[in-house]
Amino acid sequence: MNTLSENITSIPLQHYVWLCTLLFVIGVAGVLIKRNALIIFMSIEIMLNSVNLLLVAFSVYHNDPAGQIFVFFVMVVAAAEVAVGLAIVVMVYRHTHSIDINFLNKLKW
Amino acid sequence: MVTKILFFFFSFLAIASSLMVLIVRKPIHGVLYLTLAFLAIAGHFILLNAQFIAIVNVIVYAGAIMVLFLFTVMLLNLNLSTELSKPRLVVLAAVIASGLLFLTIAGASKSAELNYNLYHPTTQIGLVKSLGKVLFNEFRFPFEVSSILFLSAMVGAVMLGKKTGD
Repeated sequence: MNTLSENITSIPLQHYVWLCTLLFVIGVAGVLIKRNALIIFMSIEIMLNSVNLLLVAFSVYHNDPAGQIFVFFVMVVAAAEVAVGLAIVVMVYRHTHSIDINFLNKLKW
Repeated sequence: MVTKILFFFFSFLAIASSLMVLIVRKPIHGVLYLTLAFLAIAGHFILLNAQFIAIVNVIVYAGAIMVLFLFTVMLLNLNLSTELSKPRLVVLAAVIASGLLFLTIAGASKSAELNYNLYHPTTQIGLVKSLGKVLFNEFRFPFEVSSILFLSAMVGAVMLGKKTGD
């Protein structure tokens, strides 16, 4: 265990920041590009996971367990969000027979 | 050295499979690639010695959430291969905007002077024992509130998924 932990120090925290930023940006691009509601949901999951990874990295490097507890609560909220969100997608599909978000423009300014 | 190789392997796997989610045409392939990305991120958690979060990530994300996505795609027959994409100009603008976001955050973090030497080599905070102590001492109340959140989410999902006709 100790040797594993000492090995982690060889990876600078900056690398985790770059990796998580890249993953987050991929998620943002997916939300902006795609019209399929399911794929937009998946992009949101990618963003949530990248933020989780960054929180855990900072928590380990600062030796503070509160960050990992916070990640646990983020996962709880994400699970609830996916359950309700997919129910909404199913309902939208029943009403419009499509999951194209361009049909959902009644609230668009 | 091994840790470094594993770090770059998992990073490449996570980034490549997240990109594939956006590239592939069928949603079901996107779901499978997303599972691969989540497993790569769980590998990162193990690399950081955060074993509890790693196993919760595998169970909750790669297990529960992805099964939910797969059920939605398969049961509703949503696996359409018809291309639903925005106009080329919008795609170009979105890619440029997200690239600029990456440059902004990466540049800001470079000048933030993150302190690398804070890490204590013998840290055991990611293990179930220490996290459980923190979770059930300091964070008892949020933990109980999250159960109410789950209950309300379950009721909401059932209400939304119910057929409205009968």
